[in-house]
Amino acid sequence: MSTAVAEGKTWGGGNEPLKASYGKMMMWFFIVSDALTFSGFLAAYGFSRFKFIDAWPIADEVFTHFPFLHGVDAPMYYVAFMTFVLIMSSVTMVLAVDAGHHLNKSKVTTYMFLTIIGGLIFVGSQAWEWNTFIKGDYGAVQTKGGNILQFGKYVDVNGEQKFKRVAVRDIAVNAHGERVQHERSNGLWFVGESSLPPYTVDEVIHGLQAHKDVLVRTQTINEHGEKTVLSREASLEQIMKNGKRVVEGANLQVNEYGSPLFADFFFFITGFHGFHVFSGVIINIIIFFNVVIGTYERRKNYEMVEKVGLYWHFVDLVWVFVFTFFYLV
Amino acid sequence: MAHEHKLEIFRGLIKFKSNIQKIWGVLILLSIVTIVEVVLGILKPEWSMGQVLGMKILNWIFIILTIFKAYYITWDFMHMRDEVKGLRRAVVWTTIFLISYLVFILLQEGGYVFDVYDQGYIKRDF
Repeated sequence: MSTAVAEGKTWGGGNEPLKASYGKMMMWFFIVSDALTFSGFLAAYGFSRFKFIDAWPIADEVFTHFPFLHGVDAPMYYVAFMTFVLIMSSVTMVLAVDAGHHLNKSKVTTYMFLTIIGGLIFVGSQAWEWNTFIKGDYGAVQTKGGNILQFGKYVDVNGEQKFKRVAVRDIAVNAHGERVQHERSNGLWFVGESSLPPYTVDEVIHGLQAHKDVLVRTQTINEHGEKTVLSREASLEQIMKNGKRVVEGANLQVNEYGSPLFADFFFFITGFHGFHVFSGVIINIIIFFNVVIGTYERRKNYEMVEKVGLYWHFVDLVWVFVFTFFYLV
Repeated sequence: MAHEHKLEIFRGLIKFKSNIQKIWGVLILLSIVTIVEVVLGILKPEWSMGQVLGMKILNWIFIILTIFKAYYITWDFMHMRDEVKGLRRAVVWTTIFLISYLVFILLQEGGYVFDVYDQGYIKRDF
């Protein structure tokens, strides 16, 4: 062999000690770095959770909705469905890769299409989750120190006393007149405020006094793993002494379910993951059209499908962890 | 391009005839694990509420099942099983080492900050 040929092989990228092509290796390395990014986020979530271990929201009580089933307490069923959709689309992706190995264009097309549909269902479900979370459920009162006070009463269920949540809108009594929202046009031009909470703390206090059976539940988790319910006197005292604003739903500043950090991490981590799924869908669509117009058919090589497949499976892999740490643990 | 796939899972306990069959087999496995997780999460059985190494037994079960799922997604869907040792180790051990390190430090410190708050150096709602 002449030197020139050997050089072309060895130094020109001809050697493949790991038996994987350049593109596939780079996809693996990207996945490693992205996995570290996600684990950084999840570890930060873990840090905040350990920091507030005795007051962290309980996921089963936060994510209790299922589309079209109003008022039904369905913890986790919907996320389980989302997990299944994503695993299923991972399966169709790996089937597309397998069909690519057999150079079967029509099968690759079908499976890529199904993968894209699965991804879209997942992103749509996530949008629905966000919407439900942002709108909120029962509402709560935030204290001066930023703690959350929720309402509920004991109800007899089959001879057992069970604590059932009561919504702020059901107990609040209209006590005083309206407070007008401060807009830049009718006050100081450089000061504005966002839309006012639907009820004032005064209205809630009057409501609490009027409804004799309603109690306040704090964020603190007791030894049974449940949130602490205060006595009637302590409930009134807490709200009157510390209540500051009425909170409905969750955003980056407030969160009716408990620590605002929970909402921040929820939006950030599921948002970042949803962004990955969304870009995965876009990449899948591009590859899908490349398959349809026969680019890889002419190349006699469907490795591109394999590479986007790796990315797609990685997105599924991350979701498995997000599912565990946000919804189960 | 080599297309050979290793068709055994569970160290050869289950052997599949073709790659497609293996994919469906792994799907069934992952679905069963997910269903077990959801059922445990809803029932929260009494025995799983005990504390082991600072966490509930149930949470440890969830984490182990998650790693189990992650293994099968990487090994069979991402075809890590068919890659050479060098690539496999470069990817897997790097992430495992760095992530364990990061998680250990952050959780340790989170627990410490909780203790500081708990001993009353900070008061909310006064």
